[in-house]
Amino acid sequence: MTELVRRAGAILWKDLLTETRTRQGLSAMLSFAALILFLFTFAFGADAALLSRIAGGLLWVAIVFTGTLALGRSFQSEELAGGARLLRLYPGDVRAIYLGKLAGNVLLLAALELLLFPATAVLFQVELLPHAATLTLVAFLGTLGFSTIGTFFAALTVHLRARELLLPLLLFPALVPVVIGSVGATVETLAGDPFGRAGGWIRLLTAYDVILFVVCMWIFPVVLEE
Amino acid sequence: MQRTLGALALATIAIGTIIGLFIVPADGLQGEIQRLLYVHVPTAWVGMLAFFFVFIMSTLYLVQRRLDWDLMAASAVEIGVVAIALTIILGSIWGQGTWGVWWEWDPRLTTTALLLIVYVGYLVVRSMTEDPDQRARWCAVIGVIGFVQVPIVYLSVFWWRSLHQPPSSPRSMATVFGFTLLFNFAAYTIGFAYLMMRRYRLAKRELSLELAGPDAEP
Repeated sequence: MTELVRRAGAILWKDLLTETRTRQGLSAMLSFAALILFLFTFAFGADAALLSRIAGGLLWVAIVFTGTLALGRSFQSEELAGGARLLRLYPGDVRAIYLGKLAGNVLLLAALELLLFPATAVLFQVELLPHAATLTLVAFLGTLGFSTIGTFFAALTVHLRARELLLPLLLFPALVPVVIGSVGATVETLAGDPFGRAGGWIRLLTAYDVILFVVCMWIFPVVLEE
Repeated sequence: MQRTLGALALATIAIGTIIGLFIVPADGLQGEIQRLLYVHVPTAWVGMLAFFFVFIMSTLYLVQRRLDWDLMAASAVEIGVVAIALTIILGSIWGQGTWGVWWEWDPRLTTTALLLIVYVGYLVVRSMTEDPDQRARWCAVIGVIGFVQVPIVYLSVFWWRSLHQPPSSPRSMATVFGFTLLFNFAAYTIGFAYLMMRRYRLAKRELSLELAGPDAEP
């Protein structure tokens, strides 16, 4: 168990080091996410009341779209440089690769959300600070669910020809509960949770996260076999 | 065996269609359009049966690694996709006649549509992978995950919708309608078994041809 975590940590460290040295991902992702929010405003019109009501939904669509781009990259650097096979040849459980990549994706998305949530608050005129604790929990659970299934499908599609198309095709149906739960919890929380429904959505998210994690951990070694 | 099954499937589906179209009286409330349900519900059943079959075969493949299980799963996916697509189209026509809309964000409907996309994805992944073992492995993974997520997707859409309105539920049916439906269930299940056999045999031939290489005689 500790070996697994140590190995996962090594992979996470390697990816973080690459990311901080090249700084390719985050700034491009952030600009992309901001552009999506702008496009939403153009698409729905600058109706402040409407935008602040649906801000939670817009925010999560932006996270899902941007996150999908990030996922596509998470196994690509090894695949392109030929390091994927070496990574598999290392002794120990290959689940460490999954865990390391999963942690990397969660961290990358967390960094994105740290800037995207305030941006949403500014652009769509919603109050975040009074609900900071709940929103952090929702963001974490949503991001964890997204990354759990996303990292899994990213590993599955990385060898395929039309992977940019196939990753979302496989991923989005599985994401439906994550999106519904995260949006539900965010929208209810931002509205001050008048009907006490946010708790239900948070429980749904937690349950789905656990199920996804168990299934993905169980099957992942099959994906990496050669 | 296969011929007999085929003939039986053809005969029962033909009889079921005749009963559904001409013998059973039209529904008092919905009128003639209700007859669509005699096909809509059995195709939905066949689709779900096919996808459940895919789940079992995929799990078996992951445990035993026999390519036969993979071929069975893939055959069932093709039949399931056709059946579910038919279900959605027929349901949509029925919805237009009864509810007045082509589409309703009902949990069953939404989940079925998402399910269709998952298995279309399965087929796309399949068509893009050349190595038979790798293809079988990845498809088995999608076959397992695709099925596991169904109840949770349904539940989440159900809760999402329940904020607005309760999902539509079928009214209890009179015996004569129930009998016709039951008969068609049996007929379409036989049809599924027949198509499964045919598609599986074809899949086996395709695989042996693939393994023999491009120069082999068919």
